[in-house]
Amino acid sequence: MSTVTADAAAAAQPVLEVTDLRKHYGTTVAVDGISFTVGRGEIVGLLGPNGAGKTTTINMVLGLLEPSAGTIRIDGVDLARQRSRALARCNFAAVYAALPGNLTVRQNLRWFGMIYDVPELTRRIDALLERLDLVRFADTRCGLLSSGEQSRVGLAKAMLNDPVLLLLDEPTASLDPATAEDLRGLIRGIADQGRGGILWTSHNMHEVQAVCDRVLFLADGRILLEGDPRTLPAEHGVGSLDALFIRLARRPLTEGTP
Amino acid sequence: MKPRRVAAVLLRQFYLMRASPTRLVPAFAWSAIDIVLWGFITRYLATLSDQGPVLALGLLGAVLLWNFFGRIMHGVTTAFFEDIWSRNLMNLFATPLAISEYVTGLVLTSLATGAIALSVMLALAAGAFGLSFAAYGLAFVPFLLILLLFGVGLGILASAIVLRLGPASEWLIWPIPALLSPFAAVFYPLSILPGWMQAIAHLLPPAYVFEGMRAIVAGQPFPLRTLAVAAALAIAQVLAAYAFFVYIHRGAVRSGLLARYSAESVG
Repeated sequence: MSTVTADAAAAAQPVLEVTDLRKHYGTTVAVDGISFTVGRGEIVGLLGPNGAGKTTTINMVLGLLEPSAGTIRIDGVDLARQRSRALARCNFAAVYAALPGNLTVRQNLRWFGMIYDVPELTRRIDALLERLDLVRFADTRCGLLSSGEQSRVGLAKAMLNDPVLLLLDEPTASLDPATAEDLRGLIRGIADQGRGGILWTSHNMHEVQAVCDRVLFLADGRILLEGDPRTLPAEHGVGSLDALFIRLARRPLTEGTP
Repeated sequence: MKPRRVAAVLLRQFYLMRASPTRLVPAFAWSAIDIVLWGFITRYLATLSDQGPVLALGLLGAVLLWNFFGRIMHGVTTAFFEDIWSRNLMNLFATPLAISEYVTGLVLTSLATGAIALSVMLALAAGAFGLSFAAYGLAFVPFLLILLLFGVGLGILASAIVLRLGPASEWLIWPIPALLSPFAAVFYPLSILPGWMQAIAHLLPPAYVFEGMRAIVAGQPFPLRTLAVAAALAIAQVLAAYAFFVYIHRGAVRSGLLARYSAESVG
């Protein structure tokens, strides 16, 4: 295979490939055989009501939870077989996973950067502090920052290793509208570079519509619906993504998809 | 194993200690208090009989070595607890960091704090009480190494227990050295113990170390065979403790415990 062909094949390969993923606890089914991909340059929204299986799915992709069945490939690397190699290509930010509050922003970024084996780490940290408007907090302990500032530090950590797969669990939940808008622009910019893809969860449907290229609706551990968030509502006879979400969330699974 | 990842775990602990030197105090304060207390006790005992000086060296040596073991064990657990206290397990285990790299980082942290404790104890014993451990000769080194290994093994085991049972089980871990000390025959010969306690003692490397130390103080030859048994036991226990930690971690990943490890008790 020529170099050009190999590069083209790598570019076409999804950054995340989830196949028939299942997780059950005894008789309780949390995720019920879902399959999806995230492509390069793509932002995929993972939507669903509380308990739909979103966080369970993200935890499995992060290697924090072992699937009962199915496979997860990150940038073509099988997570179950090559955990460290797969996770080196990935990173995440979540409101419920703040960085240690007793270390400064710079210290947290440094030791996490070393774990991810980031080259030219000092330069990378300085660039991220600048990019996320955190320079003035660089030597402040994370625990002293507001929740919005901590979210930005979490994002800086998530971008340290320039991951090909970025998982963002409600990344703008604690941010004011202006900062949230800036952040959406930043993340959209990362996706538009075309090197990596993003899996994004949010309960803010306006945000999802503005940012995501594609959405997956989860309920009771299954993907009920998949498509473009801008056209899906009309395709299903409702006026907005909010209305579609409510309809799907309240609809018993046995009734099938709308 | 990537040394840079191990160094990251170590660096994080260094940052914590540099930011809050009070974290270093427990590393040597209790050991220093014990040395002072037992230093005066042994000074008093030395006045009671001709055997006093020999007894003093034996007792103070035992106090120093036992404290060293305790510092090593708690050095590992405290470094692990830092991740529990800051609810950092999710951030940590969603990275490429391997368990072997993480545990190695915890152990190196413990060696650093243990070395500080040992230096303070040696300086106090020599400076305040004029006791030199040169009397033990080269035997002092294997004694220390065996206790170091036992402390490391017990620290890893204790961390695995807290990983499995939750943060509330931390209180089970702190008294472990005190609970083991009667069996380890730190201050008296093994033969004093009843049979069932001796049987348990023979599973504990410190019991061999302290028997060996008493033999040297009494002028008997270097107890090579005793120390070989102790070293083999200590190495086996470190490997078993590490395997147990890996087993508990895998179970936590399978059950989902690791992902939701922030509750006060996870049962």
